[in-house]
Amino acid sequence: MSTRLATGGRRIDRTRPLDFTFNGRPMRGFEGDTLASALLANGQGLIGRSFKYHRPRGIVASGPEEPNALVGLGAGGRFEPNARATQVPLRDGLAAESQNHWPSLEWDLGAVNARLARFLPAGFYYKTFIHPRRFWKHVFEPAIRQSAGLGRPPREPDPDRYEQAYAFCDVLVAGAGIAGMQAALAAARAGLSVWLVEQAPLPGGRAPVDHGAPGAALAAALAAELAAMPNLTLRLRTAAVGLYDHGYVLLDEALDPAAAGGLRQRLWRLRARQVIVATGAIERPLAFPGNDLPGVMLASAVRDYLADFAVSPGDRTVIVTNNDDAYRTALALHAAGLAVPAVLDARPEVTGALPAQVRAAGIRVEPGRGIAAVRGGRGGVGGVAVCLQAGEGAVLEEIACDAVAMSGGWSPAVHLWSHCGGRLLWDEAQALFRPDPDRPPTGADGRAMARAAGAANGALQAVAADARRAAEAVLRALGADPAAAPPLPAEDPPPEAPILPVWVMPQGAGPKLKAKMWLDFQNDVKVSDVELAQREGYESVEHAKRYTTLGMATDQGKLSNINGLAVLAQARGAAIPEVGTTTFRPPWTPVTLGALAGEARGALFQPLRRTPIDPWHAANGADFEPVGLWRRPYCFRRPGEDRAAAVAREVLNTRNRVGLLDASTLGKILVKGPDAGRFLDMLYTGRMSTLPVGRCRYGLMCSENGFLIDDGVAARLDGDTWLCHTTTGGADRIHAHMEDWLQTEWWDWKVHTLNLTEAFAQIAVVGPEARRLLERLGGMDLSRAALPFLHWAEGTLAGIPARVFRISFSGELSYEVAVPAGRGLEFWQACLAAGADLGVMPYGTEALHVMRAEKGFIMIGDETDGTVIPQDLGLDWAIARNKPDYLGKRAQMRPEMTRPDRWRLVGLETLDGSVIPEGAQALGEGTNANGQRNVIGRVTSTYRSPTLGRGIALGLVARGPERMGEVIRLAAPGIAPVAARIVSPVFHDPEGRRQDV
Amino acid sequence: MLLLTCPYCGIAAEETELAPGGAAHLTRAGPEASDAAFDAYLFLRDNPKGPHLERWRHAMGCGKWFLAARDTVTHEVYGTYPAQTREPPAEVVARIRARHPGWSWRSAG
Repeated sequence: MSTRLATGGRRIDRTRPLDFTFNGRPMRGFEGDTLASALLANGQGLIGRSFKYHRPRGIVASGPEEPNALVGLGAGGRFEPNARATQVPLRDGLAAESQNHWPSLEWDLGAVNARLARFLPAGFYYKTFIHPRRFWKHVFEPAIRQSAGLGRPPREPDPDRYEQAYAFCDVLVAGAGIAGMQAALAAARAGLSVWLVEQAPLPGGRAPVDHGAPGAALAAALAAELAAMPNLTLRLRTAAVGLYDHGYVLLDEALDPAAAGGLRQRLWRLRARQVIVATGAIERPLAFPGNDLPGVMLASAVRDYLADFAVSPGDRTVIVTNNDDAYRTALALHAAGLAVPAVLDARPEVTGALPAQVRAAGIRVEPGRGIAAVRGGRGGVGGVAVCLQAGEGAVLEEIACDAVAMSGGWSPAVHLWSHCGGRLLWDEAQALFRPDPDRPPTGADGRAMARAAGAANGALQAVAADARRAAEAVLRALGADPAAAPPLPAEDPPPEAPILPVWVMPQGAGPKLKAKMWLDFQNDVKVSDVELAQREGYESVEHAKRYTTLGMATDQGKLSNINGLAVLAQARGAAIPEVGTTTFRPPWTPVTLGALAGEARGALFQPLRRTPIDPWHAANGADFEPVGLWRRPYCFRRPGEDRAAAVAREVLNTRNRVGLLDASTLGKILVKGPDAGRFLDMLYTGRMSTLPVGRCRYGLMCSENGFLIDDGVAARLDGDTWLCHTTTGGADRIHAHMEDWLQTEWWDWKVHTLNLTEAFAQIAVVGPEARRLLERLGGMDLSRAALPFLHWAEGTLAGIPARVFRISFSGELSYEVAVPAGRGLEFWQACLAAGADLGVMPYGTEALHVMRAEKGFIMIGDETDGTVIPQDLGLDWAIARNKPDYLGKRAQMRPEMTRPDRWRLVGLETLDGSVIPEGAQALGEGTNANGQRNVIGRVTSTYRSPTLGRGIALGLVARGPERMGEVIRLAAPGIAPVAARIVSPVFHDPEGRRQDV
Repeated sequence: MLLLTCPYCGIAAEETELAPGGAAHLTRAGPEASDAAFDAYLFLRDNPKGPHLERWRHAMGCGKWFLAARDTVTHEVYGTYPAQTREPPAEVVARIRARHPGWSWRSAG
């Protein structure tokens, strides 16, 4: 069992004990512990259950590569699932819980899956899709959905804050081990601005653990020098999680909310001219039977826990390896007074300097040996069965032990290098993939934007020399003088004896043993699964990955990928570089959604646009709805009214007396210049150049595809100036559309455009009493003779400069009055005061919609959806046929656009007066090739009309206008078909008598 | 996250400041165009693996449209230039040819 030793632990402060709980059990650790080290110190070997088979699992690693020790942290809104215990700093009061088990960690019913393993092979999930078909829907899917996913998401909003920040530098160095610090120092000494980021809470990397006092001294000396450089920024607990185009790097910085004003994480968006990838390497597990038991750990992790936290994995640790490096663990355990019963080395001959030291310490070294079985269970390791690596697994000897330290060699952490196109090469001698210096990720100038240094570059031993080389390359790329950076104090250790690649242990293992050799601990993928995938035809590494789910867990296969592809290569009889790696994609470690959202939540999620009259709306019962980024009153509810009642009241009041609409959100684009008329003739389907000054004209805009994109009224202000009204949502889009054509097609035309949407408040005064109300304000002659329908005039109303347009979107007598934005509220209140005895009332967007539908006026986005041309909507009258050209004209001549059976606009009236459901489809005869009912049209707008006292709808129906009076059937999901008659889309005042008075 | 320099205001703009506009140097086909010519103008685009001339708008900046020569494989930027031209400037073509000997624009037709 693991425990805390009496002395040692360079990262812990024994004078500061911290209390925490695991699954409610009180435990104690020290300041400086990680949750993982504290759990081990408390003898907690069993940390969680695996995803598929619910196997008992313990801590394997000591860093971000940890696959097993995922825990839930905290409670309520601060609950965080899937936290890696190896990266969680211990703090007082921390509450951690294990995941993926029921009813308890020790007694988990899901573990029955392990007995069913035979029936849950690789690709099990996909096989359930195939047959029988009904089983997927009724048996497999509910069961799989129920058991899918690790952890559980928090239910409450996160009370902590996350922020994002931007930074720029000449050189970003990712990883503050010896290589990273050397490279950063060289760049800083050359006068460049340098960022050095390290995911761990302290710099130094593996040196203090692997190279003892000299390593620690070197790390400390480098750190001290770095701290003195004013042009260098060092950020700890900050992981470079992604490298993107043109030197863009995402950094995820973990913070302590208590010390950082409630800030939990900061996401840096950094732009670096050059990047040095000094992210180190990750030790590989060995694939031997039972390698997933709690108590089997990476050899490097064992010495990390020993040196950093004074935690022993057990009293007797067997070491199994294929390389020299793991002998450091034997020496560390021995020095701590712990027993190492044997080092099982797969290599037939063991000759290196480190093994010699181990032998000299009296530790038994067994060359050519492997592990055939690990004895024990959820309580931990009890011993190992030794076999020949060369054989099939016959047991030579049983060795009692309570921990196993394994090392299959090291894989450079090439993730960051690979994210943006950096390629890898297979280093046969070291049995690892490392960055190919000739195929680096390249930047905007087509040259290398990143270099790898140290262990990340495959330089597992000659770290310092490699870092120097990388730094010099970066300095040259940035035009700095490498000679300006004096050589650094560092020597690399003597070389180690070569590794023997071992992908399966023992090499001749049969299927039974291979079904117990884990590759991916988190997703439960074994050697047998990868081989099955290969046999079933999944030869590509990308296919095999998805079929087996190897490397698809939250650790993204940091421990398993290389072993998995090597097993696949063996199964295929192919060379490892021939099989290649899967794609390394960002992020390096999971980034919480909170950090990605940053401060963009709640009120800060997006800007809110308010009209100048918004304060009045808010104070007077407005029931707002979002319209683009604007908020507009949907209706103004009075006490006791629901929305429908308020809308009905607003419609009837406007039709019978007078209503006020805040139309300020309407787009207002000024188009001016000698060529403005010619330009607008190209933009609108109608002719705007012939519009007399003082007049208004309704116009349609189409894309080059011929489809309707916007509509609105244009007014000619003077000889070379037009004011074009757009829809609320269209203002910015149409302004950009105009600029696109002006800048990139007709750049020699003399036209300026200006988006004046926010410069004016616009108030529609609508209804039979509208003229009387406005006349009371005084200042302008608004009689029919002075200002007829579709004319505009400028003057003052109530002492406020005003432009008055006689346009109507309701069919009523209507004036739209534009006043300077700053006086909009004043004008609104003047109208309310002047019209009090006339029954004036504000109305909202829904009443606007109902009234326009009663008149058969189209709404962009309701009657149009990007596939509708003006001719579909009976708007041929707004197209100037004799115009030689306009945007969309040629497209509207295409055969598809002139087909006689296109769906065209009609009115729809249910026979029983009911309101047709939104989204209803018009049923046709028969079915299509997929067995689905044919449809002949759809409803585009549907309302209860307060004016007519029944349901009305607009819709697009095949050959609609030719079918007046015909009864069709309309259906929506879950609703019985409704019979409706095809009628004219103009339900109210078809002669237009009410608006032109 | 591309970084493109707006040739009007000189700012090296982040991709989030820019709005993409598809292929550059299209010749508009009007009402007199044949079905085939209009079809080509409206729908048919080169999809080159390599240098691509494309439209960008500095939407969150000066508002101007400009053109960029960008490599679709490596994101190398051979240059950005104002949109008021029917063809890429000679120096941009030269930079592309330095990397892709013999390259000519609209080589695909």
